[in-house]
Amino acid sequence: MEPTLWQKSRPGARGVFPPGVPPEIFETRCPEGLRRESPLSLPELSELDVVRHFTRLSHLNRGVDTHFYPLGSCTMKYNPKIMDRIPEIAGFRDLHPRIAPEGMQGLLESLYTLEELLGHLLGMEAVTLAPAAGAHGELTGILIARRYFESRGDRGRTEILIPDSAHGTNPASAAMGGFSVRVLPSGNDGGVDLAHLEEALSERTALVMMTVPSTLGIFEKDLLKMVAMVKASGALLYMDGANFNAFMGLLRPGDLGFDIVHINTHKTLATPHGGGGPGSGPVGVKAHLAPFLPSPRIRKEGERFSLVSPKTSIGPIRSFIGSSLVLLRALGYLQMLGAEGVRRVALYALLNANYLRARLSGTLPRTGSGLCAHEFVLSAKELGAEGLHASDLAKEILDAGYYAPTISFPLIVPEAMMIEPTETESKETLDRFAEDFRKIVERARSNPSRVKEAPRRTPVSRPDEVSAARDPVLADPASLRAL
Amino acid sequence: MSSERRYTPTHEWIQSFGDASRMRVGITEFAQKEITDVVFVELPKIGKKVPQGAEVAIIESVKAAFSIYAPMGGEVVAVNGSIESNPALVNADPYGAGWLFELRIDNAAEWDSLLDEKGYQALLSSGTAGGH
Repeated sequence: MEPTLWQKSRPGARGVFPPGVPPEIFETRCPEGLRRESPLSLPELSELDVVRHFTRLSHLNRGVDTHFYPLGSCTMKYNPKIMDRIPEIAGFRDLHPRIAPEGMQGLLESLYTLEELLGHLLGMEAVTLAPAAGAHGELTGILIARRYFESRGDRGRTEILIPDSAHGTNPASAAMGGFSVRVLPSGNDGGVDLAHLEEALSERTALVMMTVPSTLGIFEKDLLKMVAMVKASGALLYMDGANFNAFMGLLRPGDLGFDIVHINTHKTLATPHGGGGPGSGPVGVKAHLAPFLPSPRIRKEGERFSLVSPKTSIGPIRSFIGSSLVLLRALGYLQMLGAEGVRRVALYALLNANYLRARLSGTLPRTGSGLCAHEFVLSAKELGAEGLHASDLAKEILDAGYYAPTISFPLIVPEAMMIEPTETESKETLDRFAEDFRKIVERARSNPSRVKEAPRRTPVSRPDEVSAARDPVLADPASLRAL
Repeated sequence: MSSERRYTPTHEWIQSFGDASRMRVGITEFAQKEITDVVFVELPKIGKKVPQGAEVAIIESVKAAFSIYAPMGGEVVAVNGSIESNPALVNADPYGAGWLFELRIDNAAEWDSLLDEKGYQALLSSGTAGGH
């Protein structure tokens, strides 16, 4: 295993030599009470030490560049490397965020174009690119809904309805937006129960938030009925479009009757995932909600672009104009694909998921029936008889040379394993994974104790997750000693 | 004298120990098994008033975070501080030392909406009892 930076530290080793602060500046600018009494305790390494350390760590890791990564709900597809070139274009990269709009016409035009493209793909009349991530997009949508009802003098709508199969961020965003949350239980088929929806809808309902397709990888069969019921109640309809990869170019939330939708660029539009951020969660709305979108808005007059802050807006929700370099990647990706390519992304995401679903039938029972969307959920509950959990199976999958599927989510499926192959994987990869998965499930039945010992081929086998969570040690012990 | 123990479909239990208006709440054996090793419990503040079915506490395991709902409406009058420092008690003794909080009950009639032992066991064996 790679030692920590603290263990590798050598006194006197240096990577960079920052210019020292002249003592007279230090004396005059830094108030006495704020000065350190002892030197800052940091590991000491050369630049090459650091490069080798992180390069070795990256080799221990598994990413989509090295392994099949069927992590359901996360859409870990391959992002074309050429997209990395876009944020490096100097005309974009070197812009100062405080530059006047006349000095960034190209950037504003690009972002305006992306707003229009997304509006077209989502069936929405206006789009904001400001939110910093998907859940931030949810919060933005919820604040827009709140301002909409306030503008109509309707202050009684304080409740948001959310199915129990929705993304877990939905209830958190609703609560943060000042609403109370009511959970709609799923029926036995994993879809929203219409009787429960009917009963829950009232003059208190502000918003119904639907994840489409749901976290079970299912398009609700009664979706249009549900839309009609919600409309009739006077509430607004929010679509969590995080799973955009399943419907891009095929289905427009606005056409289905949704008033608000957010997407996550990192899941579908070739922008960085996780630590490689920053993120972005564009939100599209119908015309009646457009006045409330966050400021500043990009306005086009003739061939000129400017930034405006309408009085009706909910106000700024993020600094400047969003994660602009990330958004340019999304624009580049959409323009590279073209209309037909966009459609094919979603079609192949659906095809790959359904192919893998069919190849895995007979291994573990699936929640839901018929075709799936871009992902599907199996339950490892029956392996409980052998004393195994979905997590044990996931660790055996690591040994077979894959990243593991998502486990224990969605919560409505006991011992869930959520598998999302994405459109960028070949049939050969899916065939190989299906064969290995089948063998792993057979092994779990015939030799459960072996599966209990997995993984054997990873740098770390089974970290003690329970102790780590109950008694977390959040600093390197060596660094604490050094203090 | 303790009362009968009753249950919710979301796997909480509720029971009084002496004073019938003061009820103790916890999670069931089935729930602790489903949740797996509890690593953190967020308990309500004493004095908090909750209607029946409202979220009142959160239990976290290495798997996920789970909401705990009030089996009956009332005011939180006590919390089990020992599970904050030792959350493993919720797994080890869910009906005893792993209790979560106590409620002063608003409406005794809500008791009738809860499942008795037989009803709860029937729910578990029907297989429709999914996650928490």
